[in-house]
Amino acid sequence: MSLDASISLTLGPLDLEMEFTIGEGEVVALLGPNGAGKTTLLRAIAGLVPFRSGQVRLDGRVLEDTATNAYVPTELRPIGFVFQDYLLFPHLSVLDNVAFGLRSRGTPRGAAADKAVQWLDRVGLASYIRAKPAELSGGQRQRVALVRALAPDPRLLLLDEPLAALDVTTRAEVRRDLKHHLDSFQGIRLVVTHDPLEAVALADRLIVMEKGHLVQTGTPAEVTERPRSQYVADLVGVNLLRGEADHGTVRIGGGPALAAVGAESGEVFAVIHPRAVAIYRRRPEGSPRNVWPGRASNIELMGNRVRVRIDGEVPLVAEVTPSALKELDLVEGGEVWVSFKATDVAVYPA
Amino acid sequence: MRRERVPIVVVVLAAIGAAFFIVPLLGLIVRSPWRDAITALTAPETVEALKLSLLASLSATALGLALGVPLAWIYARVEFPGRDLLRALTTLPMVLPPVVGGIALLLAFGRRGLLGSWLDTTFGITLPFTTAGVVMAETFVAMPFLILTVEAGLRSMDRRYEEAARTLGASRWRVFTRVTLPLIGPSLFAGAVLSWARALGEFGATITFAGNFPGVTQTMPLAVYLLLETNQQASYILSLVLLLISLVVLVGLRHRWLGWA
Repeated sequence: MSLDASISLTLGPLDLEMEFTIGEGEVVALLGPNGAGKTTLLRAIAGLVPFRSGQVRLDGRVLEDTATNAYVPTELRPIGFVFQDYLLFPHLSVLDNVAFGLRSRGTPRGAAADKAVQWLDRVGLASYIRAKPAELSGGQRQRVALVRALAPDPRLLLLDEPLAALDVTTRAEVRRDLKHHLDSFQGIRLVVTHDPLEAVALADRLIVMEKGHLVQTGTPAEVTERPRSQYVADLVGVNLLRGEADHGTVRIGGGPALAAVGAESGEVFAVIHPRAVAIYRRRPEGSPRNVWPGRASNIELMGNRVRVRIDGEVPLVAEVTPSALKELDLVEGGEVWVSFKATDVAVYPA
Repeated sequence: MRRERVPIVVVVLAAIGAAFFIVPLLGLIVRSPWRDAITALTAPETVEALKLSLLASLSATALGLALGVPLAWIYARVEFPGRDLLRALTTLPMVLPPVVGGIALLLAFGRRGLLGSWLDTTFGITLPFTTAGVVMAETFVAMPFLILTVEAGLRSMDRRYEEAARTLGASRWRVFTRVTLPLIGPSLFAGAVLSWARALGEFGATITFAGNFPGVTQTMPLAVYLLLETNQQASYILSLVLLLISLVVLVGLRHRWLGWA
């Protein structure tokens, strides 16, 4: 029991080519920057966007296959779709919104209403059944959209940025609720998001996509510990370098070589946590091997830490305390030396 | 707050422009024989004309809805070569002199017309100079208003609601009746009222295609015109009735269609 998709399509500036499988009971987050094609991919799986070539199968049943011209119309696919701005029908009551899918699939009026009330009760909205969507708060609308999609008992639940329409203050709470409700649904769940926090909180596995292509997949821990793209490295907040390993060193783009314990051979990624990067105003004494001159291009306060972006032969971000920054007497544009230990470089094959 | 000075020339011209509309309306109200209103309105020929007008204009609106909504849907949703030309042809009666429309209808559906002769010989159906002919003439002139209003509504609605309905398992028919139609409800209503008002006031196409037979094809506007020769007082009263209906339509639609706050 799984979702198997391989989809190629071109839509405006987007060239999308994705292939993946999601197993029974998995919650997968599709993570990527704006314009990566996440929503388009979701809509293609739902049958709302035609694709050039590829195949979508759910539980072994072909939903769409360009090779055989097979196409199951959206309304006949066993899916539930939660749209980014929910798209609750404004002319229908909350109850009728939730009963809509059941009625569409042939459930008699009374039974559909009973079931809709049960679903609304489950998300604490039983007292709002007569309300129109416009009378609800953002968080309530999100819950109605969720149970509207779940009520017809789909096999596959697709959620497009389910929290993006909410303001920051309610988002954390709604995310907790959503996590709870997603956990109680047994089918396959695919959540599109550009928010790493959301992805990590909701999903068992991440699929990272950029510019229409898959760049990395794995558990949240695997992805955050071993980023394979600048996008993920930026999200996690680590320095990501790519180079050629040669027994204890990694040569970056044919230029400088950095000492790294555990580097063997071949193309590798090297990750250095900003906290492991030390900053000096003068070249440090002794003979640490990873020492480079640079220029502080950007200084930013992040919580109780200061992130300093240093341009140079090896561009790095360093994280120091505000008091350390004061001692360094550093301003943007100042000359610095950076240094880190060979043991603080994590190396893994590219 | 300092008020901007309005040039005097503009004020004078604008006042003349407004008076151009208001004075005739005033004339109608002032000169109408209010004392004879009841007699004029309850005269058998007036009642007949009023009933026929209501029947024909409501039938024309219903016919317009049945045929115009699908047409508007196709214009808004289907791309095909010649769409703009077809739209222009089906909305031409909005600018066509109604008499010309009536003549065109005669040439098409008259006893010797393109389709009319076939209808006559095959089914024995005669349309001109019948009540059905009145409905046809009114539909011909009024339906374009409905088509354009509904098409605009369909184009401006958020189609993603239809997609949401499809992901919930709704068939195309169910999407159309449960989501699309309710969402374009205001446009549908505005289009229907507008075309009904146009049908109610129809004169030229009706008298050309359907003639002027009391009880069969003589609608209110036709009766008013005829009474002007024989019983001016009554024609004033009937004019006032038509004016009142127009006013109600205008006020009723001000939020939905005319864009007044």
